[in-house]
Amino acid sequence: MDKLCIKNLNKTFTNPNGNIVHALKDINLTIKEKEFAVIVGPSGCGKSTLLNIVGGLEHATNGIVQVEGVNVIEPGADRGMVFQNYSLFPWLTVKENVEFGLKIKKMKPQERAEISEKYIEIVGLRGFEDALPKTLSGGMKQRAAIARTLANKPSLLLMDEPFGALDAQTRIVMQELLASISRKTETTVLFITHDIDEALLLGDKIYVMSRRPGCIKEEITVDLQGERGHNTLVLPQFIEMKTKIMQMLWQESKDAAEQK
Amino acid sequence: MKSKRPFSYLSFASFAVIIGVWCLLTYGGVLNKIFLPTPTAVGQAILDMYKDGTLGSHIGASTYRILVGWVLSAVAAVPIGMLMANSKKFSAIIQPVIEFARYLPVVALVPLTLLYCGIGEYQKFVIIFLGTFFQLVLMVNDTVSSVDKNLLNAAKTLGASKWQSYVLVLYPASLPGFMDSFRVTMGWAWTYLVVAEMIAANSGLGYVILKSQRFLATDKIFAGLILIGLIGLLTDWLFKLLTQLVVPWHERLGDK
Repeated sequence: MDKLCIKNLNKTFTNPNGNIVHALKDINLTIKEKEFAVIVGPSGCGKSTLLNIVGGLEHATNGIVQVEGVNVIEPGADRGMVFQNYSLFPWLTVKENVEFGLKIKKMKPQERAEISEKYIEIVGLRGFEDALPKTLSGGMKQRAAIARTLANKPSLLLMDEPFGALDAQTRIVMQELLASISRKTETTVLFITHDIDEALLLGDKIYVMSRRPGCIKEEITVDLQGERGHNTLVLPQFIEMKTKIMQMLWQESKDAAEQK
Repeated sequence: MKSKRPFSYLSFASFAVIIGVWCLLTYGGVLNKIFLPTPTAVGQAILDMYKDGTLGSHIGASTYRILVGWVLSAVAAVPIGMLMANSKKFSAIIQPVIEFARYLPVVALVPLTLLYCGIGEYQKFVIIFLGTFFQLVLMVNDTVSSVDKNLLNAAKTLGASKWQSYVLVLYPASLPGFMDSFRVTMGWAWTYLVVAEMIAANSGLGYVILKSQRFLATDKIFAGLILIGLIGLLTDWLFKLLTQLVVPWHERLGDK
């Protein structure tokens, strides 16, 4: 069975001026178990809206969204989300943040501690268990947020430009970390970004979205052999795929600008 | 806290200037003692009150009234304000009433409270309650409404039910704002209390001020004023301390 299946999804909304805006148009998408799918698109194309609909935080105007064959109607622990702005609970320590979902599941403290310890270790935050979010750097905050989501063992991991606010060096470190984590934990991921390098470094499959009304313009299977890391960025196949996607996005952005 | 030390110097200096000008005006013989008593006279008045035992009882009476009236108001305002922020229906029912009531000057309600509640302690609680409750409800509502929505979304995607997101996210995220509102309304409570005590009471600092007026005892009036100011300063300081204890995680502009 497909992990995620989106059929004929449309999203329209009324903007403050009373005009109807078509945000997403006829989206069809399936993601297989353990797949790392990335959606790239120009800004304002509705990619975050699509992710929020899968997460249950927004509703589609029509169409079907199913996770493991079950219709999505509201947010749930089966679809873990990681946000660009981290959204850590500032009053909880790293450990308490990571255990938040487990506590809601009414797990015993000892069991909770074992799981949080494991994921804090995986994201490389050992020694910071008792730190408050305000004392952490951006990269560390996102590490904690990823651990918090993974500890909940979601069947689908949704990530909305999670590294968008980080500096270039930290971003590459985080991308390599995420690639290794998703391989290790065999998590299915739907990842959103406007960064083509990031999409190619992480994705098994890349969906290129058009400008508003957003639709899937192209589906690309990434066949870069072996482990991908910062060295991958200079491989000829990498540059070839990057050029292709760039041209598509460039055309979309240009059209979008002219439309205005 | 360490970095704040040089600034406490400045705070001290501003008081020193005020007292200096006061000394100049009184000891220098610029103003008549009836209008502005000397610092010594005011000090003496406080000392006298302390000696005949009325100082403690007046401060005690005032503080007790404040605490009861204000705590009742806070306890009622927090859940109502939170509900308002979360339910449009509830807000539609209650918001107009509260907006209306909030503009009624509490002083204008004093005659009615006297009629309904008499001149006892009960009337003082009611005045303080009326003076702070409606404002506090709206402040709580504002605080809760401006909580970062991303935090609620994060909680929902971690499996939190609606009720759990109230208790585990909305409430703690609002606490810094609540503490600020508490601190501000506590100040207003003092104002309303003094109003109530000046109209009908036989104890409390407001009563001291009013009674002194009859005897033209300006030194005692100033003693009352200074005591109220000092108690206000102390409560403010206690609230700041309490805020640091309750929400140590809170980041403020100007921290670090």
